[in-house]
Amino acid sequence: MKARVHVTLKSGVLDPQGRAIQHTLGSLGFGGVSDVRQGKYLELDLAETDRDAAERSVKDMCEKLLANTVIENYSIDLVE
Amino acid sequence: MKPAVIVFPASNCDRDAAVAIEKICGVKPLMVWHGDSTLPDVDLIVIPGGFSFGDYLRCGAMAARSPVMREVVARANNGTPVLGICNGFQVLTEAGLLPGALMMNAHLKFVCKDVALKVESNQSMFTSAYQTGEIVTYTVAHHEGNYFADDATLDQIEQNGQVAFRYLDNPNGARNDIAGIFNKERNVLGLMPHPERMIERDLGGDDGARMFESLVASL
Repeated sequence: MKARVHVTLKSGVLDPQGRAIQHTLGSLGFGGVSDVRQGKYLELDLAETDRDAAERSVKDMCEKLLANTVIENYSIDLVE
Repeated sequence: MKPAVIVFPASNCDRDAAVAIEKICGVKPLMVWHGDSTLPDVDLIVIPGGFSFGDYLRCGAMAARSPVMREVVARANNGTPVLGICNGFQVLTEAGLLPGALMMNAHLKFVCKDVALKVESNQSMFTSAYQTGEIVTYTVAHHEGNYFADDATLDQIEQNGQVAFRYLDNPNGARNDIAGIFNKERNVLGLMPHPERMIERDLGGDDGARMFESLVASL
């Protein structure tokens, strides 16, 4: 099973990189982008075959390492 | 005094910290490798600056999960003084010993220069040789020194008097101009500027020396 994990900055946290990307998009002529938030995407290959157990395990990984929950949110998608 | 400096792969201020400790405290510190799961009986633990684990994932994230850090957290919770400088500050927040997080500088540039800091409190074993309110000069050299904590955490830090140092001219966007904070018990200090690089005038200044003098007096 694969786990696809997105880690993103919480909404109250400033994202200067996102702002710089938005600015550059604007200078390339891509108008109408009102905000850009940059995050991380991680793909994990899991030996676990039970969906609930996999979800619990990846959630634990996010809490303990993959995300810093002081500043980041995470979401998990499991793919067979 | 029995100090230890923890060494991670890609620490690069570990030797500066050791030189400062030896010169000012008169004791050669133990250099402890991050993979050690035991830590000798020490009365000061320094987490040095650098780019531990190449800043992979997040600054300090890997180092904070190193085997030796379990022991560092346990010792800190039992009152052993722990000083985290620059990357060491990032490691201490990632390890949960200090609140908040260090984010990329607001202007997205690495900043390397001398900065003026206000000593917010001399009521700690790290700052007792300073005057509260005194202005000192340390060096900063970082890309991720932008201190962030949410509003509620920030209020608590301020109310508890946990701010140790504040920038006079904020170089990185840190909330409330925070350069360094204590834990609630004040036996843990994390700061972005480098006191160990300011220990003698020939090196640009000696304001950092008094942090180590403070520790000598307390330990």
